[in-house]
Amino acid sequence: MPFDILVLTCLAYVIFLFLVAFAVERRAGQGAMGFLRSPVVYTLSLSIYCTAWTFYGAVGYAARSGIEYLTIYIGPTLVFVGWWWVLRKLVRIGRQQRVTSIADLISSRFGKSNLLGVMVTVIAVVAATPYIALQLQSVTLSFAVFASDAPAGWALPNRDATAVWVAGGLALFTILFGTRKLDAKEQHHGIVMAIAVEAVVKLVALVAVGVWVVWGLAGGPAAVVARISAMDNPDWALQPGRWFGLTALAAAAVITLPRMFQVLVVENVNERHLARASWAFPLYLFGMSLFILPIALIGLERMPADSNPDMMVLTLPLSEGQGTLAMLAFLGGFSSATSMVIVETVALATMLSNHVVMPLWLRLRPLAAMSGDLRGGILLARRLSIVGVLGLGLAYYRLSGGTVALASIGLIAFAGMAQVLPAMLGGIFWRGATKAGAVAGLATGFAAWGWTLFLPSFGQDVLIPASVFAEGPFGIGWLRPQALFGTGTMDPLLHSIFWSCALNSAAFCAGSILTFPDPVERIQGAAFVNAFDREAQAERLGWTHGQAEPEALLNLAQRILGEEALTFFEAEARAQGKEGYLPDLTPAFLAELERRLAGSVGAATAHAMISQLFGRATVTVEDLMAVANEAAQIMESSARLEAKQQELTITARQLREVNEKLTQLSVQKDAFLSQISHELRTPMTSIRAFSEILTEGDLPPAMVADYGRIIHDEAKRLTRLLDDLLDLSVLENGTVQLNLDLAHLGQMLDRAEAAASQTRPGRAFRVERDVTGEEVYLRTDSDRLVQVFINLISNARKYCDADPAVLRVVVRLKAGRVSIDFIDNGKGIPKDKQGLIFEKFSRLTDLSRAGGAGLGLAICREIMANLGGTVAYLPGQRGAAFRVTLPLRLEKQVA
Amino acid sequence: MRAPLFLARKVYRRRRLRDAARILPFLGLFLMLLPALWSPGRGGGGAAVFVFSVWALLIAGAAALAPGLARPEADGGEAEGTED
Repeated sequence: MPFDILVLTCLAYVIFLFLVAFAVERRAGQGAMGFLRSPVVYTLSLSIYCTAWTFYGAVGYAARSGIEYLTIYIGPTLVFVGWWWVLRKLVRIGRQQRVTSIADLISSRFGKSNLLGVMVTVIAVVAATPYIALQLQSVTLSFAVFASDAPAGWALPNRDATAVWVAGGLALFTILFGTRKLDAKEQHHGIVMAIAVEAVVKLVALVAVGVWVVWGLAGGPAAVVARISAMDNPDWALQPGRWFGLTALAAAAVITLPRMFQVLVVENVNERHLARASWAFPLYLFGMSLFILPIALIGLERMPADSNPDMMVLTLPLSEGQGTLAMLAFLGGFSSATSMVIVETVALATMLSNHVVMPLWLRLRPLAAMSGDLRGGILLARRLSIVGVLGLGLAYYRLSGGTVALASIGLIAFAGMAQVLPAMLGGIFWRGATKAGAVAGLATGFAAWGWTLFLPSFGQDVLIPASVFAEGPFGIGWLRPQALFGTGTMDPLLHSIFWSCALNSAAFCAGSILTFPDPVERIQGAAFVNAFDREAQAERLGWTHGQAEPEALLNLAQRILGEEALTFFEAEARAQGKEGYLPDLTPAFLAELERRLAGSVGAATAHAMISQLFGRATVTVEDLMAVANEAAQIMESSARLEAKQQELTITARQLREVNEKLTQLSVQKDAFLSQISHELRTPMTSIRAFSEILTEGDLPPAMVADYGRIIHDEAKRLTRLLDDLLDLSVLENGTVQLNLDLAHLGQMLDRAEAAASQTRPGRAFRVERDVTGEEVYLRTDSDRLVQVFINLISNARKYCDADPAVLRVVVRLKAGRVSIDFIDNGKGIPKDKQGLIFEKFSRLTDLSRAGGAGLGLAICREIMANLGGTVAYLPGQRGAAFRVTLPLRLEKQVA
Repeated sequence: MRAPLFLARKVYRRRRLRDAARILPFLGLFLMLLPALWSPGRGGGGAAVFVFSVWALLIAGAAALAPGLARPEADGGEAEGTED
């Protein structure tokens, strides 16, 4: 078998895998999944459980210890056959919570704790690194097997170089198909398909070698069984403790290994695939392990005693001259190694970038989180993590020198990952499990595993001195790595599994019982433990889980989008060729609908609504927070709108008031005009009439004089009226010139009283004054103020109906202002008229129109306004009462 | 009690199917542990044949149960909360 053909075949095979992955990614991108989503592919992808360790190492294991290797496959078989217990719940939770890795599952169950995410990631990386090294080692060894009989020119120059090439190629493949895009669900269809193909290749290869061995070399199954029974190797005897312990360990590993979790939970596209896998995957394991024992048996018989039993799958056909079979076996082993490394690397890189690299990066550069698109950063982190993980594996391989038996490395990795099991099972079945408990359990278990298994695995005196093995650290005997608490008689592996799991579980339970979870933890705990409750409730309510009817969707959409929803549904139905019906719920349609809903209610809410309706995923706490955030924003903007609306209402009301006032003013103006023409007309009429009579002549002189006096009086009245009007307009316009000076209030009242006595001089009228109170000097326009007083006093003289009429003048000083009340003892002014008296041309009765045009009080009001004071009617004083208020010192107004 | 009477039998069968699925791994574990308890003198051949036979039986059992369990859960779900 020429070595160059082997290399060429190997390359061709790798290119073929690339093409498969590429084609699948393209079809997935076009949404044409069809076959890719079948349960067969799911089951085959699970086969990465069978790594190169199974392919090569199991034969070596069988050659050394008989049927004990079967435990590694019986454990997973029991877990899958009992899928109704754990796997179903894991897959359901994984889909509901959009879990991206086992670290994410643990972290998210215990209140999104990143500390736990980091711990699980560290455990996974530490446990997986030797395992990845093991795969590199097996590929390198298998190359070496072929190279040993190659011509000198093709001799493998350096094992390390081969390992570097293999690791580099794997890194390239993983980066190409593992980090092409950033998908929230972390599903990689290309990779899943490629490992499904590889799964077929390795099964076919192993079965082919097995069939050839059983029927070609051994002479049939019966002969094989007879030979097994005839074996009297004491190492082959079943050890009950190891048999049970390893079965349990493998059962734990199949759900906790990062790569198994990746294909089992994260890459799961349909929960029902699990039902098929529950028997199909055990069947695959059955097929893989069926021929391992015969191959080991015949290998032991036929191969030289010093040959490596780990490579018997290759060396046996080679030594018998079966080149093609050896080539197939080589491809099988190559497939086992590469598929495991690829998926393990993807899973670890996801964990590393999500829980270690990105949080660190964001902490170092907090601004980056604000500046939006992190996709580039995450992809870069993911790629670096892939290179880092493979680099670690390579470094481990070069350091360890590839001497350890394959089986032992695999078991060490299993035991390391099994430390996650208590936190995982506790998390999904026990609501009382808390973060502190999980941290304590993981830390204790990891430490116990490291001390009792991982560190000793490097050998005595490498990392742990031989004296510590014999006497314990610092001479503490009960801490000896392989005899913890004096249990030195146990098998070292079993000892480590026993103690690490026991201490882990104890710390987990104690921590959970003693501590108190925070709210997010409790919500997440309820969501995980009661993952199926929602379904049960939905059934009670009569919904079918995961199947939203188009009607329900339309109903929902209409409530939010209104008429637009109907139009959109109709258009979509037309596009699907189903005019007149509701459209099918295609992913594209749903995405578009979600986008439209997002426009109205926000992206998070829209997503939550659609997801809820479809049961694709439970609404997580983070979703709820996003929804609350959006709601707060909407509320804020609506509050702002409301405030604006209120403002508008106020403005509108003000406008309305102004408008009313304007209308009123316009009415007033009209009334004023008609009043004034009336007022002007009355004296004019009498003047005209009497002057006409005078022009006719022939009148006795007494009459002429009388008429002349009337004309004169009317003309005087007219003049007074015009004066008043002029005065009023000047006052109203505020253009009046005030002559400010100091004036004595008593004197001003004296002047006013004297002037007012002209009005109805014959009346019995008494003014009661408060002489001491009037001893006040005011700085004001005294003439104008006197005018107001005159007006008020003469009004009292005119209108007070009491006999004798008495006017009281009361002066009060208060806070820099003086108020003068004029109170008479008449009937006063009726309540409904009180608002009118200060209006122009308002006269209460026509009876006592003693020449006033009804402008007096209007002028008073304007004067007082100009003097910085007021004049108002005082109700409730029995008689008519007016109060004049003005400042003691009027400052010069700024015009 | 919620479902109509004529459905009860079907619901009952489905629940027992789930019980069977829950019991199956324990039966498997029990049988798988038996070889470890046999006297060491009996050799590996018998044990190997026994283990593979049990394995095949388990696969057959799981395959027989799977279609019934995979069916969409239109009923009987209320038992989930109380039984688990």
